[in-house]
Amino acid sequence: MNKLLVKVLVLMVSISLFAAACQPQVTQPPKEVQVIVTQIVEVAPPVVDYGDIVWLSTQLRPVQEAEKVRGVILDKFPGNVEFIPEDEGPFHDRITAEVQANQGTVDVLGALHGNFSTMGPKDQLQDLTALRSSLADRGIPDAFWDVAQLNTDKTYYVPWMQATYILAINKKALEYLPAGADVNALTYDDLMAWAKNIKDTTGDAKFGFPAGESGLLHRFFQGFLVPSFSGGVVTTFASDDAAQGWQWLKDFWPYVNPQSTTYNFMQEQLLNEEVWIAWDHTARLKDAFEALPDDFLAVPVPAGPKGRAFMPVIAGLAIPVTSTNQAGAEALIAYLTEPQIQVTTLREVGFFPIVAVDYPGYVSPGIKLEGEAVTLQAGAPDALPALLPQGLADKGGDFNKVFRDTFTSIVLNGEDINTVLDEQKVILQSIMDATGAPCWSPDPDSVGKACQVK
Amino acid sequence: MNARRLKQLTPYLLLLPSIIFLFIFFAFPMVNAFTLAFQSDAGEWTLEHFSTMVNDVAFAQAFRTTLLLLVIIIPVQFALALIMALLIQSKLKFSGLFLYIYSIPLGISELAAGIVWFAIFTERGYLNTVLTGLGILEKPFIFLSYQNTGWLLFAVVVAEVWRATSIVMVILVAGLQSIPSEFLEAADVFGATLWQKVWQVILPMLKPSLQVALILRTILAFQVFAVAMAVAGRGVTLLAAEAYRWYGTYRNPHVAAAYAVLILTLSIVSTALYVWGLRTPEEQTL
Repeated sequence: MNKLLVKVLVLMVSISLFAAACQPQVTQPPKEVQVIVTQIVEVAPPVVDYGDIVWLSTQLRPVQEAEKVRGVILDKFPGNVEFIPEDEGPFHDRITAEVQANQGTVDVLGALHGNFSTMGPKDQLQDLTALRSSLADRGIPDAFWDVAQLNTDKTYYVPWMQATYILAINKKALEYLPAGADVNALTYDDLMAWAKNIKDTTGDAKFGFPAGESGLLHRFFQGFLVPSFSGGVVTTFASDDAAQGWQWLKDFWPYVNPQSTTYNFMQEQLLNEEVWIAWDHTARLKDAFEALPDDFLAVPVPAGPKGRAFMPVIAGLAIPVTSTNQAGAEALIAYLTEPQIQVTTLREVGFFPIVAVDYPGYVSPGIKLEGEAVTLQAGAPDALPALLPQGLADKGGDFNKVFRDTFTSIVLNGEDINTVLDEQKVILQSIMDATGAPCWSPDPDSVGKACQVK
Repeated sequence: MNARRLKQLTPYLLLLPSIIFLFIFFAFPMVNAFTLAFQSDAGEWTLEHFSTMVNDVAFAQAFRTTLLLLVIIIPVQFALALIMALLIQSKLKFSGLFLYIYSIPLGISELAAGIVWFAIFTERGYLNTVLTGLGILEKPFIFLSYQNTGWLLFAVVVAEVWRATSIVMVILVAGLQSIPSEFLEAADVFGATLWQKVWQVILPMLKPSLQVALILRTILAFQVFAVAMAVAGRGVTLLAAEAYRWYGTYRNPHVAAAYAVLILTLSIVSTALYVWGLRTPEEQTL
């Protein structure tokens, strides 16, 4: 047995020697190299290592996005960052528990403005005013910084990335576009005629809404439908104008794919062509534009009687009071707001930069499509930005529920619009009274008092 | 004296770890859930959360659908599980193999099973592809439409039956194996048909196993959640799904706890009914 082994080894060694011997011999012609040495400098870059940093985030939760964060976005950061994506419920529970126990494991938080607005008042977030001034060169718009103060004189988070919601359109739908309608400046009436035309001609309901469990449909009501028709969100909730908006949706619903109540990320249904036109968050449409940039159009949302209402989404970075790696946490936030990292973030996960960057030429065609639609939408002459709910503390979920329930009652269960609005108005007002939340744009300023439903 | 005393204490010492376990992981959270459900944020006792729960738009539908699923799924599962268990016990060639095949769904998580069945039933899913491919349908049929609650429930029932029948089967197989063969041989001697054997010998002897399986399945059926959510999304809603939404989505642990208390009460009542309704007289026990 041993003899056999020795033989095999000898054979292998001789084969490799033979192979080496067979390599072509290359004789390099002598080169004349002129070297001028003027100075010898020993370069020893300072070795910075921020150690272990735990980053808990309600954003970039889908597996592919989380992998991009770990593998690409954090690649050049000098430190060992553990990125933990977490659902909103457990996210808040974990920080609440850590603050209560006064024992922290989490150093940096990534979340939406709405998440932070429930945490600042509870003394869970550090005051980042000092960090804010050290990041002054980033060019983050003051409007975003103001929002990050959560109605106080302190800064509780650093704006990190932004997104919004747009329409994605399969080019096959264009031949059904009603005459005279401009696809880049649609109105709600155009959209109705368009979707009806498709249904009448093909027999299929080809519009899609993310009305499933984790779909973001409530944002359509809060930031698009209600403000477009009524010019407000809370104050005009039960107005006749808002009722017209709900009537529009009720009339529109027959042209919406009835599987919408199972849809969460519209890119899936766009790619498998269950729908041709869909409204969703840019990050949830990205795969469709990335996969088939030639087949899809990204266009601004439709305009209603009161304007082209849309909801900008702002995500931020904060440090919990129980952070154990302060220097590392601040360095990570500074790193994530660097212009080139912001561009990487846009390229990898489809969230748009919050800092001033030149629109990068090397992002993919799909992202470019989205970016152009976002710019067009924000810059439209009738643009009406409707901000995410503010000051609702831990009642944000109840606020969303009012809109979801209104939709379920009116559109899915076919109940009378005014009756439903009058019922839900009471719940909405009780939420505003309980939190004392002042009105936010586009509702008129309530001068510090709780916003009132008219 | 000491040795005797120790001997007396031994059974309690042996029970102690499980009692501690039950206390930490069941009793303590349960008491917490009850206080959450009955207390306001300020710590006053209130029934407010229950009235919020009952008056909620989704409550009636969630309650109705949960009971409806229970009434449909459990009989189907028991009939299927009994057939499967008898097949395994039939001593046909390869009948032992069925046990392993039938147990496969046990190893698959609830949510994964839901996603698999969603992929089957959706508009561009496997079922529609096969049906249109064979020319049976001209274009895909939309099974998972909220307008079509019948089909939506059907899809949930199929997914849930596929996923959870095997646990009933395992219990019934164990029960069947504990029936002494003399009983069946005696039935053969008297010339009983297969039907008579099942009805007069096997089922009465299986009663304790059936009771266990029924209790287990009913409690689990009140908690059905991930499968329905994956297959039907917001198209149907269930008690457990509402509890989840109130906790996770609406961020109101009080109303979520009220749902939990309701589910617990329903589970306890149904368990009591089974224990009382299926009690086995002393002389019938083996």
